[in-house]
Amino acid sequence: MRVSLFITCYNDTLFPETGKAVVRVLERLGHTVEFPQGQTCCGQMHYNTGYQAEAMPLLSRFVEQFKGAEAVVVPSSSCVAMMRDHYPKMALAIGRVELIAEVDALLPKVFEFSEFLTKRLGLEDVGAYYPHRVTYHASCHGLRNLVLGDGPMRLLKAVRGIDLVELQGLEQCCGFGGTFAVKNADVSSAMLAEKTTAVLNTKAEACTACDNSCLMHIQGALHRQRTGVKTVHLAEILAGDEGALR
Amino acid sequence: MSGAGLDPKTAPTFPMAAKAMMGDVQLRKNVRHATDVIQEKRARVVSEMPDWQELREAGKQIRRHTMEHLDFYLEEFEANCTRAGGVVHWARDAEEARRIVIGLVKASGSDEVIKIKSMTTEEIQLNSALEAAGIHPYETDLAELIIQLGADRPSHIVVPALHKNREQIREIFQREMNLPELGGRPEDLADAARMFLREKFLRVKTAVSGANFLIAETGGVCVVESEGNGRMCLTLPETLITIAGIDKVLPRFQDLEVMLQLLPRSATGERMNPYNSIWTGVDGASAGDGLRDGARDGLRDGPRVFHVVLMDNARTEILADDEGRQTLNCIRCGACQNVCPVYRQTGGHAYGSVYAGPIGAILTPQLQEMHHAQSLPYASSLCGACYEVCPVKINIPEVLIHLRNKVVKQNTAGVAGLFDVEAGAMKAMALIFRSERRFRAAQRLGRIAERPLVRRDAQGEGWIGWLPGLLGGWTQARDLGEMPKETFRDWWERRGENGN
Ligand code: SF4
Repeated sequence: MRVSLFITCYNDTLFPETGKAVVRVLERLGHTVEFPQGQTCCGQMHYNTGYQAEAMPLLSRFVEQFKGAEAVVVPSSSCVAMMRDHYPKMALAIGRVELIAEVDALLPKVFEFSEFLTKRLGLEDVGAYYPHRVTYHASCHGLRNLVLGDGPMRLLKAVRGIDLVELQGLEQCCGFGGTFAVKNADVSSAMLAEKTTAVLNTKAEACTACDNSCLMHIQGALHRQRTGVKTVHLAEILAGDEGALR
Repeated sequence: MSGAGLDPKTAPTFPMAAKAMMGDVQLRKNVRHATDVIQEKRARVVSEMPDWQELREAGKQIRRHTMEHLDFYLEEFEANCTRAGGVVHWARDAEEARRIVIGLVKASGSDEVIKIKSMTTEEIQLNSALEAAGIHPYETDLAELIIQLGADRPSHIVVPALHKNREQIREIFQREMNLPELGGRPEDLADAARMFLREKFLRVKTAVSGANFLIAETGGVCVVESEGNGRMCLTLPETLITIAGIDKVLPRFQDLEVMLQLLPRSATGERMNPYNSIWTGVDGASAGDGLRDGARDGLRDGPRVFHVVLMDNARTEILADDEGRQTLNCIRCGACQNVCPVYRQTGGHAYGSVYAGPIGAILTPQLQEMHHAQSLPYASSLCGACYEVCPVKINIPEVLIHLRNKVVKQNTAGVAGLFDVEAGAMKAMALIFRSERRFRAAQRLGRIAERPLVRRDAQGEGWIGWLPGLLGGWTQARDLGEMPKETFRDWWERRGENGN
């Protein structure tokens, strides 16, 4: 299959290893990968913070870049949730008939990375090797908006060498919430403290998730507390490269 | 006796209030414990319902239909309530509602009232208005009695004293009821409250109640509760004054079938409320019961005078807003509060309003017509747990985002908007994202700009431990990794289209 990547502004700038890992997994599975150069951002930060007008042109831009795609894979559950939950009504608000139709046609082809593997390709074992003790955090958008269910867990269970430990309060928000972490720093920190305590209790070497935003948040506290515990995007585990454990 | 109410007009912003609450370790422990217990009970009784999702959908449809035809159902309620001997009053806002209630209490000849189920009266700060008018209110709901005696404020819409533990309640009762010997078992506390309240029930001739539902088809008022004190208030006094938001109406009696399954399970984790009271009109008004006038005297049960105050207080503005309207579907179960990770950290007082948690975050600013409480739509990480649990499927995150947009529009209007730091940054970012070239330039610039802030750790990795300005909140408890040397797109280009 020809797979178009939407790497997201966040991953492109701060977590390029995640994008590389997605490429590695998809190519290992025999797919052709392309990266439309004009892509930038899905508009989530603007939209969720209340700057809807600023997010509108980013929708048109996304559609322009991806409208011919066979499948669009995105290694970020919150960006996919943004598109699924808000793009249709944004297109209606913009009111261009062909844009509305394009969004309708495109959205069913957009997948979060783990979702693409489990739901679109029907895979669990992607031939990964990762000999580390790992715990999985279910990001809110993946869990509730995308209803990923146990898909990511099934992918992880099939990884060779992995020692997978369950996280207490798996479904609890880590407290990131985009600008929430900055606007409500105290509450966000308190939520984060519960999450990092749970992570540390698992004695895992690394915490993984389908979204680098949560991971950056969790990693920020784990590093501040000098815990030595790392975070790693699910794609990097599935890429099966021991060097991926940053 | 009662403490100052929670007033969104004068409350500090949520982040400020939350910061203060974070230091109250006992309160946070109580809140987390109590919400854990209720959540666990809720999950258990919901999981035994095979058709829970269908019930939620039915609940949503009933509420949505009602809101679409609210004028019709309100008039139907008024007609049927009047026919049953009730008197319906309309109050445009809090001020008018207070005036009407005070007038009705005075007309009843009493300078005391017993109260039940009255978050709406908290919304309009009725107690202090009654006191100012020389009328003494007695709360009879156990939790609200605790709040009143402790000169405290409610922190939860279903369990107003959720932030207090049993020991704290015992202290309040010992002090305020003058019972130095009072024990700490639940039975001891219940006994003390019973003795205290029984005297009020039998003496006070006027009651003020809230309502869970108004039934248009019959003109009846429905109150559900767990202690029976509400039923006492509905039946013992001679005058009953019910005050309800206009959003409380349900079309048909039969709709209770859905609501009375959804509400108690969501609210307290009970299959059914121990007390479900439906009050229709006044005693003696149902002339068709075939009893002679004299015979009916011995059966007297309930008030001779029954008033319903239907209060708007900004609800029609909410109704007029297509996206905000679903807020009015709320049946005040509090499930969204119990599950909210933000509420669980701060408790209810930080919201500066009687409506706390996710429902408060969307309802309060709208009740203030977006003039106050603008920090509340941001008091959420948008985790979506509230939407998942809401028995009438209110998409709270969607409404939060909608209200954030309204706040942004307010803040960026006019000349002051030009100097709004956040808006400036957001607009600049949006401009950057609209061009790949500008985006790449910004990425390069970011790497240069962060350089003075980056420190190397023992592993030689670069980390930022302090950020300036708006971003400073991040580095309060978290470090930030240095930007990688190469972006994904640079790597992709270097690699070449066909891999290397
Ligand atoms: S918004 Fe939903 S969950 Fe929250 S109190 Fe209202 S009905 Fe209950």
